[in-house]
Amino acid sequence: MLAVLFCVIGYGLVVLYSAVDRNMNLFSNQAMRMGLALLLMVVAAQIHPRVYLRWTPLAYAGGLVMLLLVLLMGVEVKGSRRWLDFPGLPRFQPSELMKLAVPMMVAWYFHDRPLPPSFKDLCVALVIIVIPAGCIVLQPDLGTGILVAGAGLAVVVLAGIQWRLIGYALLVLAISAPWVWWYGLQDYQRLRILTLFDPQSDPLGAGWNIIQSTTAIGSGGLYGKGLFQGTQSHLDFLPESQTDFIIAVIGEELGLVGILTLLALYLVLIGRGLYIATQAPHTFQRLLAGALILTFFVYVFVNVGMVSGLLPVVGVPLPLVSYGGTSAITLLVSFGIIMAVRSHRGW
Amino acid sequence: MASKISLKDNLRERQIFFARALLLFLVALCLIAGLVFRLVQLQIWEHETYQTRSDDNRIQVQPLAPPRGLIFDRHGVLLADNRPISSLAMVRERVPDLDALIQQLASLVTITEEDVVGFEKRLERARRPFEPVALKLNLSEEEIARLAVHRHELPGVEITTELVRNYPFDGLFAHAVGSVRRVTEDDLRKLDEVRYSATRFVGKRGVERFYEQSLHGEVGYQRVEIDAHGRIRQVLDINPPVAGQNISLQLDSRLQISATAALGERRGAIVAIDPRSGGVLAMVSNPAYNPNLFVTGIGDEEYRLLSSSRDTPMFNRAINGQYAPGSTFKPLVGLAALSMGAVSWEDHIEDKGWFRLPGQKRIYRDWSWRVGNSGGQGTVDLRRAIYRSSNVYFYDLATRMDVDDLSRFAQQFGLGQRTAVDIPDTSSGLVPNRIWKQGAKGEIWYPGDSLNMGIGQGDLLVTPLQLATMVTVIANRGRWVRPRMLLSSDRPLVEFDPPRALPAVQGPTPEDWENMVDAMEDVVHRGNKGYRQNGTAWAHIGRGIAYRMAGKSGTAQVVEIRQGEEYDEEELDEYNRKHAWFIAFAPADEPLIAVSVLVENGGGGSSVAAPVAREVLDAFLLPQLANR
Repeated sequence: MLAVLFCVIGYGLVVLYSAVDRNMNLFSNQAMRMGLALLLMVVAAQIHPRVYLRWTPLAYAGGLVMLLLVLLMGVEVKGSRRWLDFPGLPRFQPSELMKLAVPMMVAWYFHDRPLPPSFKDLCVALVIIVIPAGCIVLQPDLGTGILVAGAGLAVVVLAGIQWRLIGYALLVLAISAPWVWWYGLQDYQRLRILTLFDPQSDPLGAGWNIIQSTTAIGSGGLYGKGLFQGTQSHLDFLPESQTDFIIAVIGEELGLVGILTLLALYLVLIGRGLYIATQAPHTFQRLLAGALILTFFVYVFVNVGMVSGLLPVVGVPLPLVSYGGTSAITLLVSFGIIMAVRSHRGW
Repeated sequence: MASKISLKDNLRERQIFFARALLLFLVALCLIAGLVFRLVQLQIWEHETYQTRSDDNRIQVQPLAPPRGLIFDRHGVLLADNRPISSLAMVRERVPDLDALIQQLASLVTITEEDVVGFEKRLERARRPFEPVALKLNLSEEEIARLAVHRHELPGVEITTELVRNYPFDGLFAHAVGSVRRVTEDDLRKLDEVRYSATRFVGKRGVERFYEQSLHGEVGYQRVEIDAHGRIRQVLDINPPVAGQNISLQLDSRLQISATAALGERRGAIVAIDPRSGGVLAMVSNPAYNPNLFVTGIGDEEYRLLSSSRDTPMFNRAINGQYAPGSTFKPLVGLAALSMGAVSWEDHIEDKGWFRLPGQKRIYRDWSWRVGNSGGQGTVDLRRAIYRSSNVYFYDLATRMDVDDLSRFAQQFGLGQRTAVDIPDTSSGLVPNRIWKQGAKGEIWYPGDSLNMGIGQGDLLVTPLQLATMVTVIANRGRWVRPRMLLSSDRPLVEFDPPRALPAVQGPTPEDWENMVDAMEDVVHRGNKGYRQNGTAWAHIGRGIAYRMAGKSGTAQVVEIRQGEEYDEEELDEYNRKHAWFIAFAPADEPLIAVSVLVENGGGGSSVAAPVAREVLDAFLLPQLANR
């Protein structure tokens, strides 16, 4: 697992070096963050899962308090409050913490209850998920909210919820979809989804991102234009080419082969993570490791799907490759936890 | 805690978990397969589409405007060239607060309300994202420097540079050379889309318009790689534009300056022609306008003043001003009568100062008539009728000719026609005849009409260019040269397709021509002969001329003076006063220059227009004579 992680991170740094136009400053920033994240991963891997179990309710409660603080006194950036800025501490997003804390909490709740869960337990689990997810959606940050909720629900599914109930849930979702569409979404969110189906309706505005990213990927072909040779990214046609849309840089410069290599690495990580989860002796460890690795998968899928024009544009970075520190730290810490599950198989 | 765990069915949980994990892994595999499918679709099946789209994105074919051909005078003095101007432009997408930025810019350069209005208009038009939009045109060097210093504080502000037409003499050649204007949407419909794809100015008047095709040149192209902000990263290949042809005109800038100075503040026109070639040496129409204003964009207010002024500075009097020729027409009438055998040089009449048609009461008076003074010129033959400008003599002569014959004869001198080779939009003037009058006024031709025409009044209309052409033909003793602007060009010009040569004037004998020239010399040089014996212009210009000059004055009525009333300048509105004319050429025996001078509402031709004509001839001839 560690070796594959190093492969992904190394690969990501090479691509990033191209995406930042060989800007040494930005590149070394990211390399340092990755180093820090790896360090935290190693630390996380040393901690016994029992400790995680013990601290879970506290972490969850603390995260929830911070989420409420964000809503009350968060720093507003581009129209949404996502950041907490305490003097003396670096700015950070409590919603990132919740990506770990919510699945941990659900796993904690289920760990000493008989599974498959009873209806009452399910309801409690849903409450555990919906409160923080709701807070995040209110920021508003729909993308992270859905990811957090997804991570929690992954635990519920792994815990053995009856298929019947999943079917009902999907049915309810399908029925309420129109209502959500008209009342639950903001105009810009509706626009993003509509744009997905017809990017050419506003090629210079809402459709710009998706047109330019598919163009970048498509023009890469099988082998790509060569590292540092991407015209879409280096001539600034590709937006967010260092962050959310970095996969398009890979697609353009390294082609289908480049993307498939990365996807294969991701797949190995996911497979290995799930295997570790199944081998874990205790419910909490199983559920936690499984949920974390599934969240990781959702990241990959949503990001690649969005950049290749299959899913609406939501702000989800490409795991371990996109420029930025917070998400790298969250992800590597979650891998650290998975490693901890692996290395402390005893109780 | 341990007991609780034992209550759970750990094995079953593990089985469930394993099944779920396996299932979810399969789901993940399916979803990843979906992504792979999508990627294969983009990168393999539709690769070429996206390859093309990517190239379209970054590679742009940009037309390059050719530099417009230069225009020189006959001595190589630049009359029109190109200069770079810089404009202040903004990239809207990079400006968060537009109003604040404009405010900030206004503290560095003058930005008028009109600039802002124009900017907002341009901003509304369709454009690529990050395309700069011009805010202020024509920055001064100082403004460019100030903007450069503050550049880092002004994100989204760019300075663009382009070549535009420049007229170094401002208004001096406005009517002679013409001018270019910004290409309008209307123009775009008429012009060749490809040739003019990068062109922003098109010749609208005069030489600039006539030789537009040659002056314009051929558009070039460059293939450039641009980034998303529309900035050029590198030029991939370039097919340079071909500069327009340089042309030299017949104009003599020194003469143009002298002629303009001679006219001074007065409204009027001067056309000077080289009788040997027909080349237009000078063409002045006063007041003029500064054609540079139209290049860099003229303000609405300024334009309104220009176009609504009663003095009509935009109007080219030299080719479009149509006036009665007055007595300048008399030499032509005399030559007509001679060629028709209606009169001979020996015939004479008694001029008592008035004329009456047989059987009519109306009295036609001589110009010298005053209340209480009959003003007759005494015994008058054709020569004396010219240098004394006797109206009575020409009234009499007019009755001896058929008007249609006189009209045809006048047309041989280019009156009522457009004869210039390369001067666009000239007016044709009017030489009336019976058919015209029936058609235009529904009246028959009265004998009185012939009398008016005999002294160059009535419905007869000529332009200063036409009178200059007429006097050129007289200077050439009937031989024709068409007026023309072009002297030479590096290569043959597509537009220059000279019309057929006009035949020499038929009728007058060589002797008639010489006698007429002599009579016109008397107009200027015959002096010190006593009361009513001198040439009409002698007292005003006749003294101290270093060469022999032939001329004829004319005074054109603007409003009709009723029977028995005296023309009183003081009582008339300035714009209703008579127009002063003078036509001349010199040296009389070997003419090098022929000129017509018009001073609008100037008064008497001899007193007002003749001195201007002499200044022009002096300016042209004296340096040449000194060289000999």
